[in-house]
Amino acid sequence: MKKIIKYVIIDILRNKIMLAYTLFLLLISLSVFNLEDNSAKGLLSLLNIILIIVPLVSILFSAIYIYNSAEFLELLVSQPLKRKTIWLSVFVGLAGSLALAFFVGAGIPILLYEATATGIMMLGIGLILSVIFVAIAMLAAVKTRDKAKGIGVTILLWLYFSLLFDGLVLFLLFQFADYPMEKAMVGISTLNPIDLSRILILLKMDVSALMGYTGAIFKNFFGTQIGVALSFIILLLWIVIPTWLSLRKFNRKDL
Amino acid sequence: MRKLLNILPFIFVSFFVHAKTIKVGKLHEYTSIQQAITGAQAGDTVLVETGVYKEKNIVISKPIYFIGLNFPVLDGESKYEVVSIKCNGVVIDGFKVIHSGVSSIEDFAGIKIYNCRDVVVKNNILDDTFFGIYAQQATNCTIEKNTLKAYAEQEQQSGNGIHCWKSDSMKIIANTVSGHRDGIYFEFVTNSIIWRNTSFNNMRYGLHFMFSNNDSYITNIFKNNGAGVAVMFSNHVKMIHNYFEENWGDAAYGLLLKEISDSYISNNRFTKNTTGIHMEGTSRIVMENNVFENNGWGLKIQASCMEINLINSNFIGNTFDVGTNGSLVLNTFNNNYWDKYDGYDLNKDKIGDVPYRPVSMYSMIIEQTPPAMILFRSFMATLLDKTEKIIPTLTPENLKDDNPLMKPLSL
Repeated sequence: MKKIIKYVIIDILRNKIMLAYTLFLLLISLSVFNLEDNSAKGLLSLLNIILIIVPLVSILFSAIYIYNSAEFLELLVSQPLKRKTIWLSVFVGLAGSLALAFFVGAGIPILLYEATATGIMMLGIGLILSVIFVAIAMLAAVKTRDKAKGIGVTILLWLYFSLLFDGLVLFLLFQFADYPMEKAMVGISTLNPIDLSRILILLKMDVSALMGYTGAIFKNFFGTQIGVALSFIILLLWIVIPTWLSLRKFNRKDL
Repeated sequence: MRKLLNILPFIFVSFFVHAKTIKVGKLHEYTSIQQAITGAQAGDTVLVETGVYKEKNIVISKPIYFIGLNFPVLDGESKYEVVSIKCNGVVIDGFKVIHSGVSSIEDFAGIKIYNCRDVVVKNNILDDTFFGIYAQQATNCTIEKNTLKAYAEQEQQSGNGIHCWKSDSMKIIANTVSGHRDGIYFEFVTNSIIWRNTSFNNMRYGLHFMFSNNDSYITNIFKNNGAGVAVMFSNHVKMIHNYFEENWGDAAYGLLLKEISDSYISNNRFTKNTTGIHMEGTSRIVMENNVFENNGWGLKIQASCMEINLINSNFIGNTFDVGTNGSLVLNTFNNNYWDKYDGYDLNKDKIGDVPYRPVSMYSMIIEQTPPAMILFRSFMATLLDKTEKIIPTLTPENLKDDNPLMKPLSL
């Protein structure tokens, strides 16, 4: 397993796109922290990057990588190796290298300029989001055989998680404005890892505004130790469940 | 002439002898305060030594100096009003007043001033009292450097720290109030000043103002109170150099202004409140040189407000700068610094060339549908805000700062 992980990581790190992604993150985070006069505002700009760019790059890059290494996977399967080992190694390799790229590109500037609780939270969430979207991409890639279709699906998934889902929630909110939706909202937000991540950061960033009546409910849930722990468990489930589903599919797949 | 000179010292001495000092304590003639007061003449000093005095209700009905040495304890045994002042010109200084009675029918207080003038209450410590210092129909009294602490758990079963009712020309200076229902309470109080007080951790308001005109409060600190500070139904109030901090909750405001007119608010600092200032039915107010930092809403200005002049203020790090509930705007915003302003300054006069609209689309949405807060800072919400900036539809057209500053003011 170690050998395959090593091979995958080396293969990815040699990839120019990965290097470009790291440099892009580094450039943006450094300029964001240097341009704004207070670094809290820089963190805010960075939030949008983490919530939009990181999932997009993770999901697209992983999907394309899986499709491009289809022949390599076939070769590995023909060797005396378990399919489970192969698939998990590819996952660990992809997740590890994308997390590493995020850590170098955005994590180091965050630690340098804004090593506060908010900053650390953002760093942790960026890492988890990278991994979650690798898992989702692998599930999408293993489900669709056609490359073009598969990439289309991943783009749609990204669009859904970062934009359509919120639009849907907003629509629901307006439709049910007369009903107490606060508690339901807490439940709904767990259905989208990007939303959940955003709320966790919001609780560190806009705590004064969140202390309003509705906010107090969110705060009571997400703001406590148990709430934060629970949110992280849910985020971890967002990694585990897609990975498990894709693994099951890969085990039975006729390559 | 010589005879007169000989008599003169005696006249002086007799003056001083006349105002004698009566000591109260275990080793002295009087061991009871009430007896000492009965034995005292107008202008005498009753000097109380350290000890615990349980004398039910001490009534002072002569103009005396009532002074404690090293904070003698006056204990109301949770049954009585501790000290009642019923005469002009009494000075009470240096006592520790504890455990006043609690009642829902009578307003028991640690120290209560009844219908008199020129009373001075200073340097006292009040601990676990129902009302702390209570003045009714008092004139020209000074309440200075007292420390009041109570342990309120329910609003109904707790009183106010410094409570003034139907009074005039009061001076409330350098007191520290905590744990009461309202820290400082003013009702029908005119021409008075509240200066250098600290009011924190109170159940309801740090300062509560009702029907009180022509008052000033200057350089006070109001921190972490249940609902902040409320100023209601008053006019000609001046609020200068105060600190409003960490008042958190849906109905908590740094400063709540309701039905206020002709007032002046300057050089205050609003930090980390859910809402810095909430205004309702407020008119003819000048607000200048204030700082709004890290609040949920810097300012909530309802459409029922008019002729509010907001100038030369800093808005830094607030989640929302200004919130409102309608499209009618009869107020002016000018020459403020907004940290969210992203305009440009081509002629380098340090004033932005395009107006700033402090009300964001999303703050209007949250005003109508509070749970939408959960989507705040999402891609969707940002997108809505950006489109609104280009073509304003929901946000009030006239709520804008025509001359936003490019650099924060040093306040």
